[in-house]
Amino acid sequence: MSNRMTNIVVPVLAVILGLIVGAIIMAISGYNPVVGYQALWEGILGDSYNIGESVRTITPYLLAGLAVAFAFRTGLFNIGVEGQLIVGWFAAVWIGVVFDLPMIVHLPLALLAAAIAGAIWAFVPGVLKAYLGVNEVVVTIMMNYVALHVTNALIKNMSDGSDSTERIHESASLKSSFFEQITDISRMHNGIFIALLAVFVIWFILQKTTLGYELKAVGFNRHASEYAGMNVKKNIVVSMVISGALAGLAGAMEGLGTFGYVAVKSGFTGIGFDGIAVSVLGANSPLGVVFGATLFGSLKYGAGNMPSAAGIPEELVSVIIAIIIFFVASGYIFKLLLEKFSKKKEVK
Amino acid sequence: MDYVIEMLNIRKMFGTFVANDNITLQVKKGEIHALLGENGAGKSTLMNVLFGLYQPDGGEIRVKGKSVKITDPNVANDLGIGMVHQHFMLVDKFTVTENIILGSEPTKNGTINVKEAAEEIKKISENYGLQVDPYAKISDISVGMQQRVEILKTLYRGADILIFDEPTASLTPQEITELIQIMKRLIQEGKSIILITHKLKEIMEVADRVTVIRRGKGIKTLNVEDTNPEELASLMVGRNVVFSVDKTEAKPTDEALIIENLVVKDNRGIERVKRLNLEVKRGEILGIAGIDGNGQTELIEAITGLRKVESGKITLNGIDITNRPPRYITEKGVGHIPQDRHKHGLILNYSIGLNMVLQTYYKEPYSKVGILNYKNIYAKARDIIDKYDVRTQSEFELARALSGGNQQKGIIGREIERDPDLLIAAQPTRGLDVGAIEFIHKRLIEQRDNGKAVLLISLELDEVMDVSDRIAVIFDGQIIDILDPKKTDENELGLLMAGQQLEKNEETPLIDQTGEAGE
Repeated sequence: MSNRMTNIVVPVLAVILGLIVGAIIMAISGYNPVVGYQALWEGILGDSYNIGESVRTITPYLLAGLAVAFAFRTGLFNIGVEGQLIVGWFAAVWIGVVFDLPMIVHLPLALLAAAIAGAIWAFVPGVLKAYLGVNEVVVTIMMNYVALHVTNALIKNMSDGSDSTERIHESASLKSSFFEQITDISRMHNGIFIALLAVFVIWFILQKTTLGYELKAVGFNRHASEYAGMNVKKNIVVSMVISGALAGLAGAMEGLGTFGYVAVKSGFTGIGFDGIAVSVLGANSPLGVVFGATLFGSLKYGAGNMPSAAGIPEELVSVIIAIIIFFVASGYIFKLLLEKFSKKKEVK
Repeated sequence: MDYVIEMLNIRKMFGTFVANDNITLQVKKGEIHALLGENGAGKSTLMNVLFGLYQPDGGEIRVKGKSVKITDPNVANDLGIGMVHQHFMLVDKFTVTENIILGSEPTKNGTINVKEAAEEIKKISENYGLQVDPYAKISDISVGMQQRVEILKTLYRGADILIFDEPTASLTPQEITELIQIMKRLIQEGKSIILITHKLKEIMEVADRVTVIRRGKGIKTLNVEDTNPEELASLMVGRNVVFSVDKTEAKPTDEALIIENLVVKDNRGIERVKRLNLEVKRGEILGIAGIDGNGQTELIEAITGLRKVESGKITLNGIDITNRPPRYITEKGVGHIPQDRHKHGLILNYSIGLNMVLQTYYKEPYSKVGILNYKNIYAKARDIIDKYDVRTQSEFELARALSGGNQQKGIIGREIERDPDLLIAAQPTRGLDVGAIEFIHKRLIEQRDNGKAVLLISLELDEVMDVSDRIAVIFDGQIIDILDPKKTDENELGLLMAGQQLEKNEETPLIDQTGEAGE
């Protein structure tokens, strides 16, 4: 079987198997799997509202997954996407609230602020890693907490003690009346264009530029990169900064698109952490991330329909979704089985 | 006839690639049987089949006349087959005994009985003349001694068929002599040995019979006394091989590289290069001979900018390159064939084509304003692949998929094509077969004839002696002598490498001293 074929067949098989096991669990627990999956299906694609909301959920996953994948290609594990997303969210909303500018300036400025905030948040662990050898995993995890509590304090400060900021000006909003119209007033917004553009840009950087050549080289083999005259330390910092900017943009999707404000959070959004899973599902490639984010985002949103429409408890829904994702993530097992299977055939 | 091992018509395929095409190998009891073949000929595959790491797709294995199925290495162990690996599998911080019992620790009341094991190891060691101290730490003993620990490990587990995989790759000439003694002793004690190697000299010296394989096929099994190195080489490669390196007299001109009072420390902060002085002239090949670990690695890394220089000065073409970044030094005209091609030479997960522009990707025509031009990159790669006979399915193949020799030819092509004034070749032929070695030596001499300076660092004495125009002997971070290869021999070099300053007296019985130097 050719490589390309395996790359398509494996995830499809994995999803099917995940669905089967999920069905068995539903059946054992006394629920009708057909009804359950029907509810899931309708929750994702049942009507235009659900489609819109699914896309809305997928949007930040695209960027968060891209952020993790990009750093990973340079051999860095950016667990700080969550924190970078939170500061990006805040920065975007702050620009959106405080300034009143024409949209052509205001929206790009708010997006840029989010990207820069995320980039700065990733710059710190990047520099520590490159020049002092401090493990980026530890630093990024800790930076997540700093991000969470610092933004909470800033939000309260900004809104005179209230738990949420004012709404952003319309000139900084990603809202789309067109999308609202065709999706029965879902919260789907123009951010999806930005996310897809980011996928293209990152793909371009990785595949077509000398920067991508260097970053991947550093990720594959630090020693050879150094031998070749690349500045390994600089590349580590650059990779973290770009990854952080993507994470910050993911935050802007929530701040400028979905919500239009930022509220004090008692805990993490989870989008950043799910970004790790999205990236793994997509084999750390930009196009793969589209697949991963679509699967993750739609399951996550569509599952919300299962308790109400099929009477399946929320806890069980979480288990089923987790199992489907688990099977996809362990896709390499299928790859191995497939290879073994096809090898045996060839020998005979 | 009594065979201890019979591998009959062994067939092993990887996908559609036939790694072993009905190879037959029969080892008699009490003989040293050499397995000779180029890299990628299928030696390792065959041995992995015997050791239970691979399952054959066809054929039969018999051990001591009985047909067996070796499903995993434990089965091989139980059958008395032991393997002395090329890369030692030892824990540095453990003692000899702890390493040997690792995996099958003898216990007494739930605690490991080290003492009893140590006694037994001592006994075996004395039996075979191995002279290993059971309580020595691995990190404190020499490479030759570590290898004996590996041998002990197999003996301790009751092996009577020993597979030696390229055993002399990292040994000094004196250690090789000792190893040969040990192997002969093992035979006397009734063991049988399979020796995997591509060094013809060793086969002639120690083996009884030899089986030559080429491209997955068993070519011939011969008695060593009925053959000669030339015949073996042509059987192995499939054509006639020129042994002596064909070269004209060097015509050195001015110095390309000048190193003055160079001091370099290793990662642990220990001085490895100690006020070293050296000059390499245009139009000559300067060979550095020395035992591994005498500062060669640090010296190369300092010249190429990969390691910080503590003090001293390195000048290339009159330009001070001391402590400049690698790219600066590369651009000033240094080509570097690194000693570890996997660690430094290649990005294994990149295609061989992309690897061909590892130092030049940022320049035109390979890229423009930061955008790669794949067309030009792969055209250049194609060019190098053709010119340097890199055997690969295409330039898009991952570097990982190529055999060692072809990876090395690619690296050499890349470095020479950049047209450097100084070419540093660090162990350029390590692990390669005679065909590839011949090719690489020719390329180095070609560079010299084109008026370039070549610095060759090698642990292979033959190589240093055949290829170099001058030989600098490095010991303990210093060049202790510079010799004319035509006026020296292995003994003299061996002694110098071991740190013995030679009295310039022709009458000195060198052979006797060799024995002492190895101690």
